Amino acid sequence: MSGHSTYQPKTGIERWLDARLPIVRLGYDSFVDYPTPRNLNYWWTFGGILSLCLASQLITGIILVMHYTPSADHAFASVEHIMRDVNYGWLIRYMHANGASMFFIAVYVHMLRGLYYGSYKAPREVLWILGCVIYLLMMATAFMGYVLPWGQMSFHGAVVITNLFGALPIVGPSITTWLWGGFAVDNATLNRFFSLHYLLPFMIAGVVILHIWALHVVGQNNPTGVEPKSKADTLPFTPYATVKDAFAMSVFMILFAVFVFYLPNALGHADNYVEANPLVTPSHIVPEWYFLPFYAILRAVPDKLMGVLAMFGAIACLFALPWLDTSKVRSMRYRPTAKLYFLIFVVVCCILGLCGAKLPDDPVLGHFKTFTLIDSDLNSFVWLSRFASLYYFAFFLVILPVLGLVEKTLPVPDSIASPALSHPAAAPAEATAAPEMKG
Amino acid sequence: MLRKLFAIAAVAGLLTVGASAPALAAGHALEPEKIHWSFEGPFGKFDQAQLQRGYKVYREVCSACHSMKLVSFRNLGDKGGPFYNDKYPNSNDNPWVKAIAKEFEVADIDSETGDAIKRPATSADRFPSPFPNEAAARASNGGALPPDMSLLAKAREGGPDYIHAIVTGYKDAPAGLKVGPGQHYNPYMAGDLTSYWSGSHEHVPPGGFIAMAPPLKAGLVTFDDGTPSTIDQQAKDVSAFLMWAAEPKLEERKQTGFAVLIYLILFAGLLYAAYRQVWKNESH
Repeated sequence: MSGHSTYQPKTGIERWLDARLPIVRLGYDSFVDYPTPRNLNYWWTFGGILSLCLASQLITGIILVMHYTPSADHAFASVEHIMRDVNYGWLIRYMHANGASMFFIAVYVHMLRGLYYGSYKAPREVLWILGCVIYLLMMATAFMGYVLPWGQMSFHGAVVITNLFGALPIVGPSITTWLWGGFAVDNATLNRFFSLHYLLPFMIAGVVILHIWALHVVGQNNPTGVEPKSKADTLPFTPYATVKDAFAMSVFMILFAVFVFYLPNALGHADNYVEANPLVTPSHIVPEWYFLPFYAILRAVPDKLMGVLAMFGAIACLFALPWLDTSKVRSMRYRPTAKLYFLIFVVVCCILGLCGAKLPDDPVLGHFKTFTLIDSDLNSFVWLSRFASLYYFAFFLVILPVLGLVEKTLPVPDSIASPALSHPAAAPAEATAAPEMKG
Repeated sequence: MLRKLFAIAAVAGLLTVGASAPALAAGHALEPEKIHWSFEGPFGKFDQAQLQRGYKVYREVCSACHSMKLVSFRNLGDKGGPFYNDKYPNSNDNPWVKAIAKEFEVADIDSETGDAIKRPATSADRFPSPFPNEAAARASNGGALPPDMSLLAKAREGGPDYIHAIVTGYKDAPAGLKVGPGQHYNPYMAGDLTSYWSGSHEHVPPGGFIAMAPPLKAGLVTFDDGTPSTIDQQAKDVSAFLMWAAEPKLEERKQTGFAVLIYLILFAGLLYAAYRQVWKNESH
């Protein structure tokens, strides 16, 4: 889609088709001849891994629908019918359930890679925002999919999350009723969630096409953050990127298989093997692991409406990121200070995830109490999540905007090919000692 | 340096996933004792003799109150099941399964007259429930509902270890704990006993109340294979049986997984070799 097409139709049929619908040309230009920076590392293989995840979820999902009954009375039993009576139904269902977790592992790595190497900076803002849209659609899809087995955690998770919208002033209660299709989470809710859970993945697939289109217009970023300047900086997508992506995908599939075959319920929750009962609330309602950081941000704020706004604000920060980061240098490889703040950010996200899994009042260290600060003991997960949330927002709203203006960056190489032979991150002293390399 | 920091971040991420997965039970029940089960590990298999003994415990003790709605009689003769026999690959033909099904009566409609009737179960039927509905089950059990056992081993944190701990773990209530009528103290049961405890709040006993009286007694079930019928043995066998009931495809899953992993590892090795070959002359 970018640059000049080098596709040469070889046979008569190819020439005939190319004059009418140049689809083979599109495929050739996008996935064979497409120039990729020669220095892409394994963090860049997660795009391919994500397309594998999407395909796997679509295929297993479509098969599950053939056996699933979307009804509050039969959903739970139909999932167990899949597990017990359908040939390899257990495999399809465990692949789908664990596939969601794998999808999120891959998307978080993919997002953090983009964050580290500045893949959101001009001219890739639209590419990044499309990625954020995909992530948002993924979260909606995963949440609604988790409701479908109609277990205890499905039901009560749906109650908690849909009730969040009730915190909005004036329109809140009406929105909640509208989402439920009634006055409580019930059969109508299950049915619309099922309908949307089937629709949204195809919307994801559509936005993925836009995402790849945008990628092929601006070209891939790379670990140096320097745009390819000559033929020496790039290699054709096939075979170079194809074979590397394929290897990374096969390694990822090993991880996936370990979960599906040996730890199929490790990432789930035991309560979801109990059929939904509106009259019995589980002692501790937790979302799936991939939502835990946002859940922690939600609970860190004492006011419900402010908590909901903080949670959505945490995602909104991602959309605004291209304009929040003021640095002229794209890759954090040449931003030693930003690199440090980035690594703290990764750890803080993990801490938020931990806080989301724990009871807010439980002590973080040991079993002792310190002193009550405002509403809770300082040695509690609610306070830990407050400090972590503060850093989360500060990273986007303070650190990245300010740091870009004041930090001292390392010299950026002239082109991709020049540092490819001697890795500059491995020898920064050498790079600074060679001012002639700086463009 | 950078690599090290990335490694730390990755480990922190994995720890988060690991730490967030297990649920925290409210209150402070004792941690169930870890039992060594034959079906654990990547090559784990059910012990068929144990499943048969466990079935007998279920049949003679548990099934008086607990339903097992999701399990069909034919499942008993499926591969990996308690009465599987390779002479009968179709479990509907399995004579043990047929004999077991015949012991139960299920509700049906007479196709000639339309009357509600009872008939002996067939291998295609599911296990009939001991009570016609939830209200009847509660009425006969002091208001408590005996949970359905089809998925019990997956629906409780700790699985079979937890079931074994509950049925063997009954203790006399410590002095100072007010036990209500029809309730029993069990240190492995989830709950919060603070409001029933007359002593200091620092020393609330662990566990909670359970409506089920201690269900097992030594010698309560006679095992046909001569295994001594201790409480511990009965508890282990029925826990293993319930794990099978909750996850009947466990053996098939683990065996398939082994083949899949071998394939994927070879495939990944091949792709790595291809990758090295393709990139041989390219610096990167």
